[in-house]
Amino acid sequence: MSEVPTDLRYTSSHEWARLEEDGTVTVGISDHAQDALGDLVFVELPEIGSELAQGDACCVVESVKAASDIYMPISGEIVDTNQVLVDEPEIINNSSYDDGWIFKIKPNDEDDIEQLMDASTYQSELDDE
Amino acid sequence: MSQKTCLYDNHINHGGKIVDFAGWEMPINYGSQMEEHHQVRNDAGMFDVSHMTVVDLEGQHVKPFLQKLLANDVAKLKDSGKALYSAMLNEAGGVIDDLIVYYMRDDWFRMVVNAATRDKDLAWINQQASAFSVSVNERAEMAMIAVQGPNARDKAMSVMPSDCATAAAELKRFAGTAMGDWFIARTGYTGEDGFEIILPENAAADFWEALAKAGVKPIGLGARDTLRLEAGMNLYGTDMDETTSPLTSNLGWTIAWEPAGRDFIGRDKIAAEKAAGVTQKLVGLVLEDKGVLRGHMKVVSEAGEGEITSGSFSPSLKLSIALARVPAAIGGSCEVEVRNKRLKAKVVKPVFFREGKSCL
Repeated sequence: MSEVPTDLRYTSSHEWARLEEDGTVTVGISDHAQDALGDLVFVELPEIGSELAQGDACCVVESVKAASDIYMPISGEIVDTNQVLVDEPEIINNSSYDDGWIFKIKPNDEDDIEQLMDASTYQSELDDE
Repeated sequence: MSQKTCLYDNHINHGGKIVDFAGWEMPINYGSQMEEHHQVRNDAGMFDVSHMTVVDLEGQHVKPFLQKLLANDVAKLKDSGKALYSAMLNEAGGVIDDLIVYYMRDDWFRMVVNAATRDKDLAWINQQASAFSVSVNERAEMAMIAVQGPNARDKAMSVMPSDCATAAAELKRFAGTAMGDWFIARTGYTGEDGFEIILPENAAADFWEALAKAGVKPIGLGARDTLRLEAGMNLYGTDMDETTSPLTSNLGWTIAWEPAGRDFIGRDKIAAEKAAGVTQKLVGLVLEDKGVLRGHMKVVSEAGEGEITSGSFSPSLKLSIALARVPAAIGGSCEVEVRNKRLKAKVVKPVFFREGKSCL
């Protein structure tokens, strides 16, 4: 059974998003996603400063098995990336919701995050898979 | 219609994640592909390979039949149990399958062919066999377990029936021995020492659990793929198929050209290809930049373009490696198109890691 923290928002492509106090949105992949991908061996981070729309493929995580795109959960500008993942991508496997965060967005509109799924909706999507 | 091996319940009980493989429900891993990979390199692991096809070929003319059927020459096999790796070619010189054939007796050889190619292999073998009055018997009632790793032989022998263990202890590399219904061979697909054991289905589950108790951990198809890739062993259907010649598939060493009069199927086509000059070859690539090489990525070199056939992250080397079919004149380096970038790679012999050591 994978973990789905109740204070986060989710996408059907298995990203999570969290609105921080400074107005930025932190993004990572869910516990379910890291488990499905298996041992991660490479993360290609997005470029800081790029302005991307919701649903754009913005970076790639690769496990031993396969490469998988990560999509922008909401539109905005990439303002920070988790550089530790460059040498230790397995942090995502060990801590997908905390140390394994991938990038931060300055959203075009803070309210956009409200359109994403809450934990119980995401959980029921996982149950249907 | 998906099939299950007789060890399916054991996979579930050991936490196996089941996927479809060539119509079989097989474990891709039992938790972590990476840990399973290292388990085989450092200690001992076991693979359910019961989905593979065991075929017994019997008859007075089985040897001349196999000398016609296979690109390698079974005349090299002098001692009972000795194994030979060979390609089976079609008339056009393309690879129908790669396989291991064991010499059991003058009128009995045993072949192990791939699961994904079972139907076409059996049809082809039967079609060729009729002229030699060779009987072709698939041994679908047999299970097969590979036990691989530096401690695999000792751990496996500790739980085998005692007559099997005694015989197994004497085995040289690439040789097997039959003990009643059991057949034990010192072969594998990982680049580590170990056994491949063919045994009756009704004994397989108990033997699997005895191996587990002896510290041999179950290993899924995921780690099987990274282990074989590090060892530089081709995967049929990925690195070669009916459209590729053995000469461009790093299988030249398995073709027995002598005696010159041996007329194996496909010989004239690959002999002509060799005489004209082979234009491509299968090489190893080692990625120098960060990233992961994958199948079908384009290779760019001064000698022309090529394509990756198998690529992965190598858990033993901690970098990305690949097999690639490239122009024969390629030099020591190339570039690979990974998404929208070109990454630098070194061209090496297609063998990366065997028996606990890097080959780079």
